[in-house]
Amino acid sequence: MATKRLGFIVQRPPYKSENPKLAITHAIATQTVEIYLEEGDLVTADIAFIGDGVLNCVKNQKSMDHYGITSTEQHLKNALLLDLNILICKEDLERFGLSEDDVVLDAEEFGAETKAKVVPFSEISKMMEEVNHLLFF
Amino acid sequence: MGKLTIGCFASLVGSLNLDFAVKLAEAAVEKGHKVDFWVSGNGTMLSITDQRSFKDYSYLQERVKNLISKGVTFTACEACAEARGYHKENTMEGFKRHSMDWYLASTFDADRVLHIGGE
Repeated sequence: MATKRLGFIVQRPPYKSENPKLAITHAIATQTVEIYLEEGDLVTADIAFIGDGVLNCVKNQKSMDHYGITSTEQHLKNALLLDLNILICKEDLERFGLSEDDVVLDAEEFGAETKAKVVPFSEISKMMEEVNHLLFF
Repeated sequence: MGKLTIGCFASLVGSLNLDFAVKLAEAAVEKGHKVDFWVSGNGTMLSITDQRSFKDYSYLQERVKNLISKGVTFTACEACAEARGYHKENTMEGFKRHSMDWYLASTFDADRVLHIGGE
C-alpha cells in the first residue's frame, strides 16, 4: 500500500496552448487511477500555477461564450470539487497587477470545500521538493 | 533495470519534441530499461497508422513499431485522439488507447517520469 504524489506545474498562459487545460484534466484523472493499481495504492496530484500560468486562474473566463469550450476556470473548479491541492504563485500574480480578488479560489457554488491558495513561491518550491515526480506544462 | 514513463504532448509535425522522446525511449530500451510512452493532446498524432515518409517532416512510425515489438507500451489519450478524428480503426497496431488515468498509473511504479513538451 503506497501513495505516489505528482506535482503539476503550469507555466503557460491559458488558451494559447492546450497544455494548461491538459495539466488540470490529467491531475483530475487521479480520481480514477485506482482502477489500474493494486488495492490501497494511490496517485495524488498537487497543481501549482507559476509565471504566465497564473493567468489560468483569472475569474470570469468566457471561453464557452466565445469558443464553445469549457473554460480553464471551470476545470479549476472541478479540481477544487475533487479536493486537489491548488497553489497560485503570489509574486507572479503581483507581477501582472493581480490579487487574490481576481482569481478563482473556490467552487462553493458546486459545494466544494477545498480552496485554492495564493502562496509565496517558496511554498510552491517546498511542494516541488516533496512530490515524487514533477510534470511541467 | 529501471522503469521510465515518458509523456509527450507535442505533435508529430511541428516540433522535434516527439522525435526526441522516441529517441530517448530507444536509448532506454537499449540499456535494458522498461519504458511506458504516453501521448496526449497533439501528441496523439503519433498513434495514427499509414504515416508517409517525407524528408521535410518527422517520420516515426517504423521506429515506434520497432519499440512496440521490443516491449515498449505506447498509449494515446483516447479523448484527445477522438477529438482530432483519430479513431481506433486508424490507430497503429499495438498502440493502445486509454483515458488519462493510465498515464498517472504508469507513474506509480516508474523510477523516473519525463514529461516532454507541448506546443
